[in-house]
Amino acid sequence: MDLIDFGLIVLRVVATFALLLIVTPLNIWAERKLLADMQNRVGPDRAGPWGLLQSFADAIKLFFKEQVLPTKAEKWMFLLAPVFAVVPAFLLFMVVPWGAPLTFTIDGVERVVPLQGTDLNVGVLFVLAMSSMAVYAVVLAGWSSGSKYPLLGGVRATAQAISYEAALGLAIVAVVLYSSTAGDSGGGTLSLAGIVERQSGTLEAVLPQFGAITQFIPRWNLIPQFVAFVIFVIAAIAETNRAPFDLVEAEQELVGGFHTEYSGSKFLLFFLAEYVNIFSMSALAATLFLGGWNGPTFDSILPGFLSAAMPTVWLLIKTYVIVFVFIWVRATLPRMRYDQLMTLGWKRLIPGALGWLIVSALVIGIRRFGLPFV
Amino acid sequence: MTFADWLSDPVNWVYLAIGAAVVASAFRVVTSQNVVHAALFLVATLAGTAALFLMMSAEFVAWTLVLVYIGAVIVLFLFGIMITRAPLNVEPGLDNPKARPLAAVVSLGLFVLLAYTSLQAFGSDQLTDVGTPTDTVTLAESLIVRFVLPFEIVGFVLLAALVGGITIARRDLTPVEEEERGAV
Amino acid sequence: MTLNDYLPLLVMMVLALVFVGAAVLISRIFSPKRPTVEKSAPYESGILPETEPAQRFPVKFYMVAMLFVIFDVEIIFLFAWASRFNDLGWYGIGAVAIFTAFVLETLAYVWKRGALDWNVKHRARYMTAADREAA
Repeated sequence: MDLIDFGLIVLRVVATFALLLIVTPLNIWAERKLLADMQNRVGPDRAGPWGLLQSFADAIKLFFKEQVLPTKAEKWMFLLAPVFAVVPAFLLFMVVPWGAPLTFTIDGVERVVPLQGTDLNVGVLFVLAMSSMAVYAVVLAGWSSGSKYPLLGGVRATAQAISYEAALGLAIVAVVLYSSTAGDSGGGTLSLAGIVERQSGTLEAVLPQFGAITQFIPRWNLIPQFVAFVIFVIAAIAETNRAPFDLVEAEQELVGGFHTEYSGSKFLLFFLAEYVNIFSMSALAATLFLGGWNGPTFDSILPGFLSAAMPTVWLLIKTYVIVFVFIWVRATLPRMRYDQLMTLGWKRLIPGALGWLIVSALVIGIRRFGLPFV
Repeated sequence: MTFADWLSDPVNWVYLAIGAAVVASAFRVVTSQNVVHAALFLVATLAGTAALFLMMSAEFVAWTLVLVYIGAVIVLFLFGIMITRAPLNVEPGLDNPKARPLAAVVSLGLFVLLAYTSLQAFGSDQLTDVGTPTDTVTLAESLIVRFVLPFEIVGFVLLAALVGGITIARRDLTPVEEEERGAV
Repeated sequence: MTLNDYLPLLVMMVLALVFVGAAVLISRIFSPKRPTVEKSAPYESGILPETEPAQRFPVKFYMVAMLFVIFDVEIIFLFAWASRFNDLGWYGIGAVAIFTAFVLETLAYVWKRGALDWNVKHRARYMTAADREAA
């Protein structure tokens, strides 16, 4: 650890931060454009080519808007809530690996730069911890506003977030369980880089008995853990408070939900955090189930720097497939009622995830250790 | 190792600073007149404790603390505040000077007990490899192999706690009563 | 693997905090500040608020939080076990199965008591004869 290493870390973090800040307005634009297409409208088309700059314009506009502080609000708590929304959102993306490690030689010293904010030993725990920290933004915003709709929305949102976080966690356990037996790699891991590494190669390494076709199927967790994937995506949509689970800000009944009283740049921060979370959750789904940055790099065809960038391109493609699903679901499904939401969470997803975990444990157990009591 | 030696290491300064912050926010938990503020100070206390665990290389424990205590238990507290008479603002009735001597005795006793057991268990042992987090291998094995009985008992205690909680909290209401109290 | 892994997180946290602070402060410079009584009153779709926002919430929220604490603990233990699945073998599966059985029983109990039924009509089936009389 010397100054160059530290510089590389800062560079990496700033790059991640900049990536999120640039990608988020584009995602908002993409969502508005796609929704418009699906609903036979034009969507934003004035600011910049194809309306590309619309979200930037919106953001700048919000900076010039008055920040109203409601009379009954608790000032400091009211200010703290957006902090709790933004900081966990940015930290969550830090553990997602977004490319193969690069090797540089600076001053004759070889330095490996992992293209990942940081590779924690307990990465998946960190992910869950951050998404539970995000609950505080909602609770604080709802409580400190001193107004009815935010309080109702905040309490609702909290119950929703914790219900679906349990399902999210159980789906990730199934992935950890499966990847702990991934052949050669020796034992399991809670680090996301480790989970990506265990998905490299093709299915032939695990299931050679299915013949030559397995050479062409990548060894993604998606195939053996499909049920966990479905549960994960549903829970992720609910965790990010997206339609059809957007009861938190159900306009017809709660006005704006927990951020009703927020205006100007503080509202912008909530909005930013929501879309950063959508992107991180999609990247996380791609990392856990779709093989992360694994993919052909075309070493021999493309020039060196391009093939080094290919893993990042693969991850972005996979991430955007999931982001598209998020948007598609929003355009397709009407909002659920609160009792339906709770029923889906506690009576379908959680028992389903536990059941799937038991099935996985038994199947993998029998394949690995043979039948018990024999 | 003398105290001066201990102080000369900058890591210990960080340790001291976090420890002081933890104690200060723990103090505010009990002195705060606003229950929601008290719960938030408890979040700060627990976050500081998690940081201390991180410094002692217990990565898994640190994040478990964040996940279970900050992410779940404090949310439970907050819901507890919301479902009761909702004293969402300052509540002078929270102070109970009569109970102070008893509280002092209880907390002092707890402190002595914890200090004694920690000293008995670890004495002057030193962490040799500070900065190298314990991997989950050791943790999982000691949890499921060595301490398997406490592990199962924890499951049972959790069940008992919830059954007890429901029995206290929930008198099954009739739909009419529910309707009167207003649906969510 | 050292605690250096947490350095990037610290840097990111500082960066995010600076960003939040800058966003609020910069907009404070550029934005107008003209509060009126109506504007800073709690928003109630234009109607004057008549009651305080603080009211009692149904106890069901508390139930859900209690259940979540239990599931959170379960998930933590499951993570520890799942990452060492290979070494622990059938013994590990057995130990975790007993633990999971307790958690499942908890869920079943709460389910049966109707604490997961948020729809008022569905809850009618938990009524006793006396309740029905009263209804």
